[in-house]
Amino acid sequence: MNIQRILGFSTRYLYLYKRSLPRLMEIFYWPVIDLLLWGFVGIYLKKHQGTGPDIIAFFLGALILWDILFRSQQGISISFLEDIWSRNLLNIFTSPISQTEYIVTLLLMSVIKLILASTVMVLLAWLFYTFNIFTFGLALIPLAANLIIMGWSIGIITTAIILRYGQQAEVLAWGIAFLFQPVSAVFYPVDVLPGFLKTVAWFVPASHVFEGMRTVLDGNPLPLDQVFIAALLNCAYIMVAILFFNWNFKAVKRKGLLVKNGE
Amino acid sequence: MKKRVLEVENLTKKFGKFTAVDSVSFEMYEGEILGLMGPNGAGKTTTLHMLLDLTTATSGTVKLFELGYKDARVEILSRVNFSSSYISLPSTLTVIENLTVMARVYGIGGAKRRKEIIDELMRLFEITELAKHSTRGLSSGQLTRVCLVKALLNRPEILFLDEPTASLDPDIADKTRRLLKSIRDERKISILYSSHNMAEMEEICDRLIFINRGKIVATGTAEELLKEYNEKSLEEVFLKITRSSGSDNKKAETGRA
Ligand SMILES: Nc1ncnc2c1ncn2[C@@H]1O[C@H](COP(=O)(O)OP(=O)(O)OP(=O)(O)O)[C@@H](O)[C@H]1O
Ligand SMILES: [Mg+2]
Repeated sequence: MNIQRILGFSTRYLYLYKRSLPRLMEIFYWPVIDLLLWGFVGIYLKKHQGTGPDIIAFFLGALILWDILFRSQQGISISFLEDIWSRNLLNIFTSPISQTEYIVTLLLMSVIKLILASTVMVLLAWLFYTFNIFTFGLALIPLAANLIIMGWSIGIITTAIILRYGQQAEVLAWGIAFLFQPVSAVFYPVDVLPGFLKTVAWFVPASHVFEGMRTVLDGNPLPLDQVFIAALLNCAYIMVAILFFNWNFKAVKRKGLLVKNGE
Repeated sequence: MKKRVLEVENLTKKFGKFTAVDSVSFEMYEGEILGLMGPNGAGKTTTLHMLLDLTTATSGTVKLFELGYKDARVEILSRVNFSSSYISLPSTLTVIENLTVMARVYGIGGAKRRKEIIDELMRLFEITELAKHSTRGLSSGQLTRVCLVKALLNRPEILFLDEPTASLDPDIADKTRRLLKSIRDERKISILYSSHNMAEMEEICDRLIFINRGKIVATGTAEELLKEYNEKSLEEVFLKITRSSGSDNKKAETGRA
């Protein structure tokens, strides 16, 4: 792996966001809208509910953390689509950049994008609803890291599918994360799920993260067992994702489809 | 004896049951402009893509600078480059931004050096005034020239060009060919050039390989081919070969790559 090539290729995205206001706005648009919406819903519910756990914190914490997962996935899939749309894949793969370096560049971009989006969300949550995400303290780090890695796994798998099946699979880039939302227990505990989905949820790293988040918001210490299970699952999934990508990349080269993307 | 830079042996590509490239063998030497010609669907693009490791060969071997992709992918790809009338560059970036990114990907260090290299090539291809234009707004001829500049950034020893002049007007196409020739003379670069414009092939290529239905059916200098087929122009040789052996036009129309 060559850092110079990765950094060199990353400048392409920096130029892109510098040039394209709509793309730049896209990083912030949904997070801000979501935050406003759920913040107000929280305020409204709180008025009627009186005492009890801080419902605004539940919503906003969930939202900010969910957005980390979503951005991390999108950062990869959308950046890849940019290269398909601009018929750039052939330039990339006839250059010395390897498929690993390419993917690492996408991961890097996803982190940069999500840091930008999260920063804005955290600031707005604090300004509008006096919700301070840092009340999570150090717990925030393992929670966020797990979500980022889960997002990467989904993003890499999505990318592999788009590479193989072309633009008809593009819709995945936008929608696939939401497939996991119901079983990620983002806004409600895993308990409310019916039996079968509970089992499914156990295998979704995000469900452990959001259970952990609620435990912390209730004033308890971070449940390390949950974090640990999430981390183990994530290790397994990211490896599966990388194997899946490599396997597809090989198949795509064999079928001569690498060169057909974007046509 | 001239240095051999490319050696292709029994290169074959099957897509399912269909054989797109059929046991192709040839060599290319330093400073040579080698033409790959043949009708639509003959297998030119597929061959080029296998030489660049974009498409995996079903069988056969490819050696560039005596190296294979399996062991020396980065080295090989640092020493070659590619352009085609089918590629493009990110449209939201300006021309200079795109070229800068690619220069960095090819490991050309130092902002000043990058700028010198890019400026010189843009001057050669007469696109200096496009530097700050967004790539989206370029005409296809301008884009082709930008892609050619990209293809020369790393001072490649082998340049693979797939129908590079397909979208250029005759004047610019002619200038581009001359330019490529002079770059070849100056830098001893080898060029593998695909096209079905016979006049252009006759003009620019030192040697020609004619493929039809995935097979090499004739090879030699333009004069040799004219003599062998007893014709006055390559165009007539082309027609003679494709009509006698039958071409694959029908399939090619749907499977254009
Ligand atoms: N990925 C693919 N899957 C299946 N068949 C393919 C694929 N790519 C190319 N082919 C087929 O292989 C044959 C050779 O195609 P190729 O693109 O190499 O021809 P070409 O000589 O470059 O033609 P043209 O002059 O039209 O560019 C065609 O019949 C084409 O349909
Ligand atoms: Mg072709």
